[in-house]
Amino acid sequence: MRIRKELFADERDDDLRLVGQPVRRQDIEGHVTGRTAFFDDHSVAGLLHLRCVRSTQHHARIRSIDTSAAERTPGVRRILRWADLPKKAHNILTIFDFGIDDEPALADGKVRYKGEPIVAILAESRRAADEAVAKVRVDYEPLPAVFDVEEALKPGAPLVNEYIGRNWFRYWGDYDCQQIRFGDVEAALRSADLVVSGRYQMSPIEHAPLETQGCIVVPAEDGRFTVYTCTQGLFFSLDNTAAQLKIESNRLHFVGGTVGGGFGGKVDTVVEPLAVLAAMLTGRPVRYVFSRAEEMQVSSPRGAERIYIEDGVMRDGRIVARKITHYHDAGAYSRLSTYGTIKSAAHHPGPYTIPNVWVDSWCVFTNRTPSSAMRGFGVTGGDFALESHMDVVARAIGMDPMELRIKNAYRDGDMKAHRKLTQGAALVECVQVAAELARWPLSEEARRDSSRVGGGGERARIPPTPTARTRAPGSTGTGARVEPARLGTGFAASEPRRGTTPLPGWTGGAGFPSSRPEPPRREAERREPPPEPPRPSTGGHGAIRFSSVFGSRRR
Amino acid sequence: MRAVRLELNGVEVAAVAEGGETLLTLLRERLGDTSPKAGCLQGTCGACTVLLDGEPVLACLTLAELADGRRVTTVRGLADGPRLHPLQEAFMDGFAAQCGFCTPGMLVAAKALLDRDPNPTREQVIEAISGNVCRCTGYTPIVDAILEAARRMAGRRG
Repeated sequence: MRIRKELFADERDDDLRLVGQPVRRQDIEGHVTGRTAFFDDHSVAGLLHLRCVRSTQHHARIRSIDTSAAERTPGVRRILRWADLPKKAHNILTIFDFGIDDEPALADGKVRYKGEPIVAILAESRRAADEAVAKVRVDYEPLPAVFDVEEALKPGAPLVNEYIGRNWFRYWGDYDCQQIRFGDVEAALRSADLVVSGRYQMSPIEHAPLETQGCIVVPAEDGRFTVYTCTQGLFFSLDNTAAQLKIESNRLHFVGGTVGGGFGGKVDTVVEPLAVLAAMLTGRPVRYVFSRAEEMQVSSPRGAERIYIEDGVMRDGRIVARKITHYHDAGAYSRLSTYGTIKSAAHHPGPYTIPNVWVDSWCVFTNRTPSSAMRGFGVTGGDFALESHMDVVARAIGMDPMELRIKNAYRDGDMKAHRKLTQGAALVECVQVAAELARWPLSEEARRDSSRVGGGGERARIPPTPTARTRAPGSTGTGARVEPARLGTGFAASEPRRGTTPLPGWTGGAGFPSSRPEPPRREAERREPPPEPPRPSTGGHGAIRFSSVFGSRRR
Repeated sequence: MRAVRLELNGVEVAAVAEGGETLLTLLRERLGDTSPKAGCLQGTCGACTVLLDGEPVLACLTLAELADGRRVTTVRGLADGPRLHPLQEAFMDGFAAQCGFCTPGMLVAAKALLDRDPNPTREQVIEAISGNVCRCTGYTPIVDAILEAARRMAGRRG
């Protein structure tokens, strides 16, 4: 293991002396002696067990829910419905004033994916709760469903999520997708020696942690609730639970940190709000744990992604244009996919200096299981597509794939398509080391190359950029004015805050209004301090703001 | 309902189990040993592995009453007082646990192997833990740690 401090020194203030050294984990003694307390290892007397009745339909209106037989089941203490929810819909990013509250914790009269929770049953034992779940009769009116991102964007596709109001997430007030515009891609594609196109696709991936997600909530005598949980974001989940229950966060005491496998799948905060609500309404401790089947079927997977890449390439290996359309399948609800889409746009066109770049990154709603965070979501799928495509390009022009990467690698001083100057670039060196370790022959020129040379100058320039904006088919903009100079930064304007709970005219089961009135703004629900004005493009960079959720890079 | 008497990690214990109750529930909820984990409750992940008279069994598929009159060993029974078992030490030294959820079952399965065969091959180690899923996918350090423990134990014997 060798750390090339001459390349990274400016960015890291630590000396990295532990990298490559054996270090004993501080929690490992608990793991090997069986003393580590995971959330379900807390012994609590008098537990009620919470189990959910889940949708058997991908998309349906609920005509009626008959819980009478379930209520008569011995041991059943309470049944929770949408009407019991303090906040009728929620999204975990709206606590940061981003996005739209678009997901009811229990079905609001419609189900939008198979496995969506409809009612929650509380019983004295897990077995009694399961028995009662099986006795609930739900009368569905099936609706046409859509499972493909491109189908979902077509005019006339079934509307998945009425809170969103369209099958794509609209960014920053008036963008149907995240858009990067840098140079004139169309002209560059026309003048390139060769255009190489590709279509790439990732399936959803389930994290499948060995510990299924869940929590145990214990009401304390002082009106507070202790929540033993496996969440990956203890305070993120605490804040989201408080927001969803409309209680002060100091009424919640979250105990955790021992996560039996997470991989991004335990930040969505899907179990805690229902369990705390159940404890509030019954005064009893409550345990809500996903079965393995629920973990596989309804916990958020990595979203499906489809990526189209069109590269304009010169015979000498220079990529002069890169045009990307990236679709993220959010499933039926936003969760964190709105943010994952931003990440993909921030990652394209990869670590290469390409003078003409055009990226559209879409967050699309379908009737699939809501997707969310998983290990580099937004980036992993993009990288898979980009690096697969680099190999395709190399083959198409008969060039060594390592040399193609070195030739196009960004170098210090280069302007990125996101209008940031490249600093601390090390791709050339990484490729050189990888080639050396793999005994992959490189040309003398490639071996001598460096990220420190060849950058800047003409490559630091922002080229003249046509500002054509992409609209979804049939979409009309909000008319919000966005300054042309900010186009493509993606972080200039913020989505007008929209609290949508409940939808005006929506009474559950009666169908949504056909033309959706503009919902009331959420200011009324906000506590001090008052809402901030839209952030200037120089600050409040979306990606940096959200990175605090998942742990930002150390500086 | 029936009373179950067993020897848990060397100690005589008894509890009343309901009809159909599993050994996993008996251990975790009635006897207070939460070291066997409920990962799938369908016999596929191995996180609930315990030893029944020295043989590895899946506690989530074993009826509690089958343990009546028998010896049950969980990972909490591996250490000798404050002295950890060589397997536990080797797991700690070799970073053979990440989230830790599979670790108790993994260690118990490894102990059954070393009790039976103190000098296993790498293939035998892999075979012995093939019923234990590690979703953090740290299998290589786990296999290395088990082999290292076998070496250390042979050294102590020799």
